[in-house]
Formats: sequence, C-alpha cells, structure tokens
Amino acid sequence: MTLTLGHFLSLGAVLFALSVIGIFLNRKNLIVLLMAIELMLLAVNTNFVAFSHYLGDLNGQIFVFFILTVAAAEAAIGLAILVLLFRLKSNINVDELDSLKG
Amino acid sequence: MDVKTGLFYIFATVLILAAFRVITTRNPVHAVLFLVLSFFQASMIWMILEAEFLAITLVLVYVGAVMVLFLFVVMMLDLNLDAVRQGFWKHFPLAAVVAVVIILEMSAVLLAGFPVSEAPAAMAGVGQTVAESSNTRVLGLLLYTKYLYPLEVAAAILLVGMIAAIALTLRHRKDVKAIAPADQIRVKWADRLTVVKLDATQAAPSAPAAETALEEKKA
Repeated sequence: MTLTLGHFLSLGAVLFALSVIGIFLNRKNLIVLLMAIELMLLAVNTNFVAFSHYLGDLNGQIFVFFILTVAAAEAAIGLAILVLLFRLKSNINVDELDSLKG
Repeated sequence: MDVKTGLFYIFATVLILAAFRVITTRNPVHAVLFLVLSFFQASMIWMILEAEFLAITLVLVYVGAVMVLFLFVVMMLDLNLDAVRQGFWKHFPLAAVVAVVIILEMSAVLLAGFPVSEAPAAMAGVGQTVAESSNTRVLGLLLYTKYLYPLEVAAAILLVGMIAAIALTLRHRKDVKAIAPADQIRVKWADRLTVVKLDATQAAPSAPAAETALEEKKA
C-alpha cells in the first residue's frame, strides 16, 4: 500500500473537520477559536502542498507561502484585538461582545 | 507498505491526536502547546511531500513566532476557565455527528477519487527533475520573478499588520512624568529666550535736586 494523493487530502479533511468541531465546542473562548482557525489554515495548506507535489506544480507552494504571510499578520492583529478586549472587559467571553447591538 | 507510508501514518496519527487535544483541552496554555505539536507534525508531513522550504518555514515562522505570540498572550490573560468552559459539552453530540459525517464522506471520495501515487518527474515550469534541483532555489526563482509583485504586496501586508498591532495595544498613561520627545524637538529658540526691549542709554535721576534737599535738612 503506497501513499496516494488521497491520503494527504483525507488528512487535510480530518484536520479541517476537527477544527470545525473546535469552533462549535469552544464558542465562548475567543483564544481557542483563533487556534481553531490556525488549524483550518494548516489543513488547507496541507492540501495545497499535496496537490503541488502530486501534480508537479510549484505554484501551489508559492500560494502556501502567501497564506502563511497573511495568516501571520492575521494572528498578530487578532491577538492585539484580544488583548485590547481583555483590557476593556476583563474577560474574553464571546457572549458579552454585544456592544455593537448586531 | 514502505517506510514513507509508515512515517505518514505515524505523523498523521500524532497530528490528529494533537489537533483533537487543542480543541478539547481545558487549559489554554496546554492548547497552545498541543498546537505547536500539531504544527511540527504537519511540517514533517510536508517534508514527506518534498516541500522542504515550507516545512522549515512552518517551524521557524509559525512555531517560532506566531505560536510564541499566542503563548505570551494566553499567559498574560487571566482567564476564568469555568465561565469559558460553560456549555462546552452541550454542543458536543451535534458537533461529533457533523464531524464524523464530514470525515467519512470526504475520506470516501478523496481516497477513491485521487489514486495518484507517482509524482511527475519534472515540475511544471521548472524544466528539471525534482531530485536534482533544490526546492528552496526553485521556489526563490519563481518568487522573485513571476511572483515579485505579490511578494511586495505580502511585505506591505506584514508592515500593515505590525503597525496595526502596535497601534492597537499602545497605551498612553497619564500618571507618568515622561518627557515628550516630539515636543522637545519642536521647540524654537524663541520659546526659550525672551528679548526685552531696552534703551541703550537711560537718563540719570536728577542728582542736584536731592543734594540741595539734604543740605536743607542739615541746616
């Protein structure tokens, strides 16, 4: 039994599904929500790398590079907002973030 | 089953277990540490896929910078774990059903639908076989020729992210007696030195009149 593209894609799918559950379960904890989003990005990146390897196209790896860049910026800004929120409300409970009355 | 397949199953198992612990563990610090473990395993998986540069970048950039940032923030916040965990298991049955359905369906489709097991000998657009070219070199060639403009946009995004993070968390404290360098630099000589207009010569008080007054007192 040799490795196929399907193995790697399934791994990405399992990882993505796990992070979806993580978002369902940790609906109150903003920081675990951010971590679940990081896991999702990891799953997507694994798909990109797998396709890039098996189709022989390096452009997929370039795309992963840019996804990593944007994800790093997103994590930095997200954590900054989190710190600001904690300073303001002394907790990071998602249920209490209703001051915009949306 | 060759060595590569065995390694893939080991790394994939640890990756999935670590990801599961990330979303179910109680302590956020443990969650971050499990996330670091899962990033390491994903990096090994990418290594199997011969994406060496990205695997090393994932460890250096993600584990070295982003995850450490997460760890700092988690340790800085004083979280009330009980309030955060309230209602955690309420949604678990629904979430588990959704996840199992997603995993089973996608695995069935993906495992059967993509039976490609041989990588092509030459990477498209590179013109040489994968084995005799360095992954980093080929990526660099692509990045600095075809993708030069997106690379600069990525640099701008990182700069904006850095400035935004600093601007958001910068706090001006009122109770410290710190000097403001901007105000200091902006000072002109006119603010420090006041020139008072004075006459060069002044008329002396009328001395003879005073003398006569003294003489009159003596007399």
